[in-house]
Amino acid sequence: MASVSVPTTGGRAGGLLRRPTATTGFWSWVTTVDHKKIGILYGVTAFAFFIVGGTEALLIRLQLAQPDQALLSPSVYNEIFTMHGITMVFLVVMPLSAAFINYLIPLMIGARDVAFPRLNALSYWLFLFAGIFIYSSWFLGGAPNGGWFGYAPNAVLDPTRGMTFYAIGLLMAGVASTVSAINIAVTILNMRAPGMTLFRMPVFAWMSLVVQFLLAFSLPIITVALFQLLFDKRFGTHFFDSVAGADPVLWQHLFWLFGHPEVYILILPAMGIVSEILPTFARKPLFGYQFVVFSGIAIGFIGFGVWVHHMYAVGLGPIANTAFGISTIIIAVPTGVKIFNWLGTMWKGDLTFPTPMLFAIGFVAMFVIGGLSGVTHSVVPADYQQTDTYYIVAHFHYVLFGGAIFGLFGGMYYWWPKVFGRKLNEGLGKVHFWLMLIGFNLTFGPMHVLGLQGMPRRIQTYPEELGLTFWNLVSTVGAFMIALAVLLFLINVAMTQRKPKAMDADPWDARTLEWLTTSPPPEHNFDEIPTVHALDEAWHRKYVETAPGRVVPVPAGGSGADEAASAGHGVHLPAPSYYPVVASLGVLLLGYGVVFSWWLAGVGAVVMLAGLYAWALEPSVE
Amino acid sequence: MRTRTRLILGLAALAASAAACAPNAQQDSLNPQGPYADKIYDLFVPVFWIAVGVFVVVEGLLLFIALRYRRRKGRAAEIPPQIHGNNRLEIGWTILPALILAGVAVPTVTTIFDLAREPQGDVLEVNVLAHQWWWEFDYPQEGVNTANELHIPTGRPVYLTLCAVGLGYEDQPTPSVCQPGPPDGAIPAAIGDGVIHSFWVPELAGTQDVVPGQANTLTLQADAPGRYSGQCKEFCGLSHAYMKFAVVAHTPEDYDAWLRGQQADAVMPESGSLAATGMDVFLGQCIACHAVQGLEDANGNPVVANGGPNLTHFASRECFAGCWLQNDDPEELAAWLDNPAAVKQGSWMPDYGLTPDEIDAVVAYLKGLT
Repeated sequence: MASVSVPTTGGRAGGLLRRPTATTGFWSWVTTVDHKKIGILYGVTAFAFFIVGGTEALLIRLQLAQPDQALLSPSVYNEIFTMHGITMVFLVVMPLSAAFINYLIPLMIGARDVAFPRLNALSYWLFLFAGIFIYSSWFLGGAPNGGWFGYAPNAVLDPTRGMTFYAIGLLMAGVASTVSAINIAVTILNMRAPGMTLFRMPVFAWMSLVVQFLLAFSLPIITVALFQLLFDKRFGTHFFDSVAGADPVLWQHLFWLFGHPEVYILILPAMGIVSEILPTFARKPLFGYQFVVFSGIAIGFIGFGVWVHHMYAVGLGPIANTAFGISTIIIAVPTGVKIFNWLGTMWKGDLTFPTPMLFAIGFVAMFVIGGLSGVTHSVVPADYQQTDTYYIVAHFHYVLFGGAIFGLFGGMYYWWPKVFGRKLNEGLGKVHFWLMLIGFNLTFGPMHVLGLQGMPRRIQTYPEELGLTFWNLVSTVGAFMIALAVLLFLINVAMTQRKPKAMDADPWDARTLEWLTTSPPPEHNFDEIPTVHALDEAWHRKYVETAPGRVVPVPAGGSGADEAASAGHGVHLPAPSYYPVVASLGVLLLGYGVVFSWWLAGVGAVVMLAGLYAWALEPSVE
Repeated sequence: MRTRTRLILGLAALAASAAACAPNAQQDSLNPQGPYADKIYDLFVPVFWIAVGVFVVVEGLLLFIALRYRRRKGRAAEIPPQIHGNNRLEIGWTILPALILAGVAVPTVTTIFDLAREPQGDVLEVNVLAHQWWWEFDYPQEGVNTANELHIPTGRPVYLTLCAVGLGYEDQPTPSVCQPGPPDGAIPAAIGDGVIHSFWVPELAGTQDVVPGQANTLTLQADAPGRYSGQCKEFCGLSHAYMKFAVVAHTPEDYDAWLRGQQADAVMPESGSLAATGMDVFLGQCIACHAVQGLEDANGNPVVANGGPNLTHFASRECFAGCWLQNDDPEELAAWLDNPAAVKQGSWMPDYGLTPDEIDAVVAYLKGLT
């Protein structure tokens, strides 16, 4: 059973608090620095926010199901669509990707943990507190109501505190992501197992690496913008005030210069997941591994040069619009190439279709649609019609739901046995997939039509005369099908977690290192760090090509492993620590302090600094 | 299997036809009604069909591969050859989409510049001022100022200069209040604290954002007389959904007649009538924000606009309050006067606490402003 909160042994002089020792129970999760536990924390928290953000989406769809409805007043509607966006982007897809990255990267590259385990814990707690902070605004005078994009001057002029919470909350989440980006990038670059060169890394590790650089370079930009917004709201500065001679378009440039790389931050991890699932269930290596990797890197670079395609209607002039139209066309190429690589992977494979494979194929099918509607945005004059309509809403949900969320669900079904030692129910999983696929297309497919037929975004209602009723109703019905599918997933999880843990190390006959260790993996990941000889190392330990095109299993006992069988010597695992959560708590108090009271801010600053100071004095391993 | 295929095809055809014909969509970007909207439509349609072609090929391939290479029942699982890639194929499928996209880029760029060009010749110039949450249309040459309905002649390009205005904005004596400011770049304080709006009448032109401190331009033109629905597209606060407008296109003759009507002073109600009582209430309260041309306040000064719509010819408009309310229904006007914020949340028009009798009188007065 759970050991009780008070640590009994291991106290050490020099620290403010005695070193935590709990290995199970509540305090073990609070003080953990184990990347696997932190990954699970990220996943559970992000999924909880997914339920909340999804409920907000259902409220939006209920309000829009019929014309001239007053289920939600404009002020509440504005809060709900804003929170839906903030939640899904910052509190769901980003941390859900972080869950996979945290859990899998050390296992995939053959490491015992991330480079900075306590920083990893700090990232999680800051993310959790950022989410709590933003959501607490509902009870403290109103939630953010200026859109997840928070355009100035509307966000500044709004009299409520909502957008102040938005600015501070996103700053906190931004610190979490920045810290995590550096942590993961250092881990990938420095902690790979012997023999694992960069080009022997799984594609998921590559995509994660690209994402960490995108985060590290794009978050500072939004940080600047958020500070300016915060200063405008809280201290009466005039960064976006045209009357004072400033230019409100500055916000849009800063926001989208972050916001577009952010889109790739959201989609690349899912692309990485799909690039792991497809080869496993095609029983073939990824087609054109290097092309996929380089196109991912190319997307990372070009992603910083397309932001004005969110702003074609702002009036920047034909030259700017032309330049960014062309750069948007260019980024379509490396994105499109990946589709062909995934098709090539499946080509001539030995295809089976368990749930993870269905979600991976669903990802490819839906992402094609999102990509093609994206190409129509690069046709700038066409975008003059489409911008700020439901056509855009349709487009990015095909990318971020049909794409990212489908990929992430595929990843959950795929790695569930590895993480929890139990396989999710296949029958329920398949019903989940088909229901979600149909519901998704019913929800977002009609939005293409709605947008082209004149439905702007962010409107709380629409008059019957616009002739938009039918497709809005269809869309609402689809949204509830998605909700039902998610409910099935939750039931599946609840049922699965009751089963006994009895899972092989490698239930899918997979290809990457994490399948070499037990399911779930031991705290130290690998008894012996594997030595890597090839891309798809795990596969090459199981199969050998005897003649060109002829692959046979390696005879039992003849695996290519050359590490000694002696278990777990020389393992140094970082010890758990209170200080990441203490420092994060200080940041949370500081956040409330900036909104409400300088005294509270002072308390928060002291707690934060105490946490960081004690942390600095605490050795990482005892 | 065959019946299933037929069912799927039938459903697809049904969905396609339902999507294609939306007889009642009033604000339809797929129904261009003038040369500027045509240019966009003519560009979008081929790109759309190219996208459909790519969609069919890629999704078809995906489906084909999934079915063709699935593991058959009863057959032993064979390990397929481990194909790692094919450089020629890779280069091919990189270059092919790049070429298609380059083909799309050429007309895209020419159309961008085409649409940005200032129209020459016989052009009607109108200033569009976006308020929270209604539209002001100012005709500087013609000396006409109206709200929420932009009247234009058919067959003539209309060159709009758009700017966002907010609280603190006052009507200027100069013909154009929408100028980008003195040459040194300073913004006239009279523009006030506006937020960003976006002007969109999809059947006549593409979108143009209206940004505080920046005079944007847009050209539109209608081929045939009619009423074209438009709406604010950029999220602009509480009543964003209620910030609609209409472009009313007339034949040139009808337009001239409309213009003459608008240039005239407001109709004065008969003394002793209900409308005259309404005018007194109006002079007591409403002129704080609203102008009526020809009306004088208690000190004999002309009534000028101060943040609210010019109501000189209010009754000639089909809609008001950001075209959210219809003028043919006196109940809507009465409800609006009773409590504006209850109709449009956040409305800057105050609730003056008018009694029902006063409201009736003001309605009578406004209905007389033809």
